[in-house]
Amino acid sequence: MAEEMKKKEEYVLECHGISKAFGGTQALKDVELLVRAGEVHALLGENGAGKSTLMKCIIGLHQQDEGTIQFEGKPYSVKGPVEALNAGISMIHQELNPEPHLSIAETIFLKREDTRGIFLNKKAQNERAEEILRKFDFPHSAKTLMKELTLAQMQMVEIIKAVSCNARLIIMDEPTSSLDSEETEHLFRTIRDLKSKGVAIIYISHRMEEIFEICDHVSVFRDGTYVGERSMEGVTRDELISMMVGRKVENVFPKTDCEIGDVVFKVEGLSGKGFEDISFEVRKGEILGISGLVGSGRSETMRGIFGMDPITAGQMYLEGKEIKIKKPSQAIKQGICMVNEDRKNFGLALHRSIRENMALPTLPLKQKAPLLNKKQEEKDCLDMGKMLTLKAASIEHEAFSLSGGNQQKVVLAKWLLANPKVLILDEPTRGVDVGAKSEIHSLMCEFAAKGMAVIMISSELPEVMGMSDRILIYHEGKINGEVKREEILSGDENQESILRRAFGGK
Amino acid sequence: MAKKEEKVLGMDREKFRMFMGKYGIGVILLIMMVFISIMEPAFRSGSNMVNVATQVSINAMIAYGMCLAITTEGIDLSVGAQLALVSCILGQLISNKGWGIIPAIVVAILVSTAWGTINGFLISKFNMFPFVVTLSTQLIIRGLAQVVSGGQAIPITDTTFKQIYSAKLGPIPFPILVLILATVLMYLVLHWTKFGRYVFAVGDNMQAAIASGVSIIKTKTATYAISGFLAGIAGVIFTAKTASAQSNIGVGYETDAVAACVLGGTSFAGGVTTVPGVLMGIFIIGFIYNGMNLIGIDSYYQSMTKGAVIIGAVLLDMVMNKKNG
Repeated sequence: MAEEMKKKEEYVLECHGISKAFGGTQALKDVELLVRAGEVHALLGENGAGKSTLMKCIIGLHQQDEGTIQFEGKPYSVKGPVEALNAGISMIHQELNPEPHLSIAETIFLKREDTRGIFLNKKAQNERAEEILRKFDFPHSAKTLMKELTLAQMQMVEIIKAVSCNARLIIMDEPTSSLDSEETEHLFRTIRDLKSKGVAIIYISHRMEEIFEICDHVSVFRDGTYVGERSMEGVTRDELISMMVGRKVENVFPKTDCEIGDVVFKVEGLSGKGFEDISFEVRKGEILGISGLVGSGRSETMRGIFGMDPITAGQMYLEGKEIKIKKPSQAIKQGICMVNEDRKNFGLALHRSIRENMALPTLPLKQKAPLLNKKQEEKDCLDMGKMLTLKAASIEHEAFSLSGGNQQKVVLAKWLLANPKVLILDEPTRGVDVGAKSEIHSLMCEFAAKGMAVIMISSELPEVMGMSDRILIYHEGKINGEVKREEILSGDENQESILRRAFGGK
Repeated sequence: MAKKEEKVLGMDREKFRMFMGKYGIGVILLIMMVFISIMEPAFRSGSNMVNVATQVSINAMIAYGMCLAITTEGIDLSVGAQLALVSCILGQLISNKGWGIIPAIVVAILVSTAWGTINGFLISKFNMFPFVVTLSTQLIIRGLAQVVSGGQAIPITDTTFKQIYSAKLGPIPFPILVLILATVLMYLVLHWTKFGRYVFAVGDNMQAAIASGVSIIKTKTATYAISGFLAGIAGVIFTAKTASAQSNIGVGYETDAVAACVLGGTSFAGGVTTVPGVLMGIFIIGFIYNGMNLIGIDSYYQSMTKGAVIIGAVLLDMVMNKKNG
């Protein structure tokens, strides 16, 4: 009896034999998940492996067809996130959706406001919120509006809200996907703090480094099935990757060396909002990596070059000739294309077909007749889809029906159809599963081999280091150092030295 | 529970959903026609059908312009007033100034197109809300119509002008020919031109459209200019029908146009519409008027029925497309 009690106390959350089907698709098949109290438990798996579906079953957005969930030793069944929160489970979603005009206090106490009769007791509520915020060293007052916060701060408010609701299990879905290194560190400190208070955390992430840094155990999923659980001590990265993909991955980055030609694109003294006096050049066949913290001016520079934001000073040269770009259409005409970091807002018209999305930027270049040549367009789209190994039933399907990795391929396709001389990729593998990620890396090498100049911004140091011929490191709007591939291969430069520059060091 | 949902009317649930999503509005139209035919056999007659098609041609012009505006995540509330302005310009030029019919029509339509262009420019250049812009220009345009007509109804006695509504090519009245031509052109514009693609892209995701090199100013200005142009044509047909220029006509016409668009599957979230869908929406509205008149139901109830049918159709659409949410 005593032994049984002990066993029950050990796990805060026990999911056994969970199955869930949508129509004919089996999203989860006899899945297990055991989370101990006060641990950080990683969920790892490619997109579509079933992680999100399982989490949605836990917070009550889906009901499992089969299987049982126990929370704190008791059978647990909820009909939605509100009930889940009352039971002690909270989920911080990857894409935060705050009410921009509510204050922090109003957000924290949403649906459980302090009231005096039928009126809100704003004063008491603000004081209570202020007290909670102080415990977390939050830099803003409780009256600050949500829209004034950074993404990292909004996320922190969500965590604070969960804790103030006495959540004993917090699910974090890709919590660092829009955070820079410093903000990530801060989040990790908070996670460790929560852990020490006995709060269990389910941590979903594609970033292996983070899982190794912060997590105690990891459960791996593949194609809706549970592969196994490992303790983070003693498991290797390669072992986890092979569990995830079911095959051994030899080389994580497929970088091939190809001939580097003449300078294709050059900027001199480029300035704009968030960046100042930027000069660099990129050559034919070269992959130029751009590293630096989020907000250091990397994306801002590229948006400026592509004509999305105004440039206040400096010159740009394409194949030796000076060019002026005031809007994206001019950039596209010149052969400069950009895959934006934010696929949902800047990449795709999700309710339109794959074909329409792919063809959009090149319509003025390829369709000269008054009526569209849909045959040629279809051929172009199908060829491009084949080259990118796009997985879609038909190009007439709407873009939202695709997985993240395939959506990203559609975005790549629309720019490749423009035959760019310079291809700018801003976080090309964000929110993309491991398999598609490696495919996109291979494609980048192919583009370079065909003579494109590729500029890649990435927040993942291993990615930048593994894929680039040369890396520019940004710090507060300026370039603070350049690292060549040979220096990385020879070991003269490493993650630490690059990160040091990103933080302003030499 | 899950098993039960799989089959609906002997069809796979998913297939049924797709079918209704695509043809649901056609099914509603058919059910309506059968229902009215049973209630009043005269409804089925060829002459009544020609009659309905002639009547809806005016709303059709406005609805096609409206569907463009709604698809770019906007709305054009100025169309009713445009009708009045076109009517008054025609009356003033033809009856009082003795202009020829063709130059008068050209001027009138140019003016309505110009107002559409102004709407589009204000909306796209200054990023103003389409609702607010067209609500305001609607007031200006109607005021202008009153100034042009001097507040008086101007009868147009020119018989050739009246022919615009009554002339026939074989059994088909001229307005139906205009309707067919407009439908074909709209279909080509939306589905077979770059402009159509831009309209969809801008409506679905404006940021992504900008990042793909699409000019928002050009696309939206052209959208509202076309809406103004079509409202102009509607105004000419309407004036020929009544043979009188009045500044108080066209009130509430934007409602019927919006209703036809919504029934036809045009999404207020932007980026989704089809020309066949809108055409069917136009006929549903037409049949509500015509059928209820034939059956002898009071006009108050027509308005109520219209409202109920729209809510019902949209609700059905929401339920059918729930998964896409």
